[in-house]
Amino acid sequence: MSRAELLEHRAVISGIGQSAVGRRLNRSGIDLTVDSALEAIADAGLEVADIDGIATYPGAGGGPGGFAGPGTPEVQDAMRLRLNWHTGGIEGPAQMAAVINAAMAVATGLARHVLCYRTVTEASAQGGGGRGGIGAGVPQMGGTLQWSIPFKAYSAACWLAMNAQRHFHEFGTTREQLGAIPVNQRANAAINPKAVYRDPMSLEDYLAARIITTPFGLYDCDAPVDGSTAIIVSSADYAPDAPRPAARFEAVGTALRGRPSWDQFDDLTTMSARDAAASMWERTDLTPADVDIAELYDGFSFLTLCWLEALGFCGRGEGGPFVEGGRRIALDGDLPLNTHGGQLSAGRLHGFGHIHEAVLQLRGEAGARQVAGDPELAAVANGGGPIAGCMLLSRWR
Amino acid sequence: MSDFRVLPRIDEDNEFFWTSGREGVLRFLGCDQCGYLIHPPAPVCPRCWSREVSPHPVSGRATLYSFTVNHQNWAPGAEEPYVIGMVVPVEQDDVRLTTNVIGIEPEAVSIGMELEVVFEDRDPVFLPLFRPVGER
Ligand SMILES: [Zn+2]
Repeated sequence: MSRAELLEHRAVISGIGQSAVGRRLNRSGIDLTVDSALEAIADAGLEVADIDGIATYPGAGGGPGGFAGPGTPEVQDAMRLRLNWHTGGIEGPAQMAAVINAAMAVATGLARHVLCYRTVTEASAQGGGGRGGIGAGVPQMGGTLQWSIPFKAYSAACWLAMNAQRHFHEFGTTREQLGAIPVNQRANAAINPKAVYRDPMSLEDYLAARIITTPFGLYDCDAPVDGSTAIIVSSADYAPDAPRPAARFEAVGTALRGRPSWDQFDDLTTMSARDAAASMWERTDLTPADVDIAELYDGFSFLTLCWLEALGFCGRGEGGPFVEGGRRIALDGDLPLNTHGGQLSAGRLHGFGHIHEAVLQLRGEAGARQVAGDPELAAVANGGGPIAGCMLLSRWR
Repeated sequence: MSDFRVLPRIDEDNEFFWTSGREGVLRFLGCDQCGYLIHPPAPVCPRCWSREVSPHPVSGRATLYSFTVNHQNWAPGAEEPYVIGMVVPVEQDDVRLTTNVIGIEPEAVSIGMELEVVFEDRDPVFLPLFRPVGER
């Protein structure tokens, strides 16, 4: 197969939108979603009636309070969309599965302009309390969670902490190294007006924060927020007509070759990021050296470290030294990383925040945090643990 | 006195695993043709594709592959801090169990430790926990 025939080259991101983002907006998920959708549709130079496809992650229901956001029927009906294609679901290459599915739908002609969205109201759902444990309120646990919850491993924090501990053990990674990721992101968030945590944070502040589950402290964990992000995926032939520079999908990564399990995956120190990244590079002649900026999922700081290694920005096990001190990953460093502050400081917009930021940066519209030198190629990654997806986005020329 | 836990829901596929500790024995599903341990249970051997599978007793000895000392209160009734571990049974190095490491101070836990199973009686469930070999 010639690379020119890649399905992802037949689709572009033509528009982006985002609602207000906050710790407790006390607005419904559908209300926030309409905000982001209308902004994205206008940004793409389209009318609501032009939208003929819709895709979301994870779809209605499921998950802890505020996790799911509205399903596609609710959004379709509120906006009276007349759809040729629709999907929503949690199984796939992480949150960006919705965007990759949309690109496939556009490439195959099932739809021309697809509204993709991810909406969370986790901050409001949690009220004044902290994050509850998964399954903490149920009388009994079945399914895959029966293998972790009875042992009081109530959170992905506990599961992933064991991956991080194994990384520390195998490669000598330290908290001081890992802390460079949240510290860098707080600095980026300080100049992002929509970020929820903007106060300065030093490495000493990071190390002094309370321990959640070793080796993770408070600032290794992302910040639940309310907010909605929308992405319009359009046929590539629309790109010249889009009012803002479109973002082109150079390649997407969707593989899951290890076991789909938090504790049975063969290499705890990489997990499925390894597979998704490998499959992405198999679809392009571009290399990690061509990437100008990286927007890599950070539900936990350690996931970002995994992605840096998986994507080949450094060797396996070398993530700690790579980020140490933070110079390399700063806005003016060799590889500006999570330039909006990521989920750790800008807020847990669950993967779509990273896509949104990549498009802003490629367009040169990121304001005070705009990376200098006209970045042309962005690596974007979602997920980690047993589900992962990634993509290379470039500025349409 | 042990603290609150959410217990597994017993069904036809997992009953042998969660109740095996009543006899003081840890069992995994295993292939009757080639002996491969299949965990979590599935109705086929992923090595030889035999459909002949049944519970296989193991020694209960295991090595600590990784762990975390949890300090966060996620649920009412848990007594923090406690150690969540991931152990590998000595019989097969590509099987892991998430469990609790008990009988040792959290600060003394280290990857590579040799552990043995000890069951916590939550009749009819017997939870396989692990402690350092030789502890009482
Ligand atoms: Zn077999």
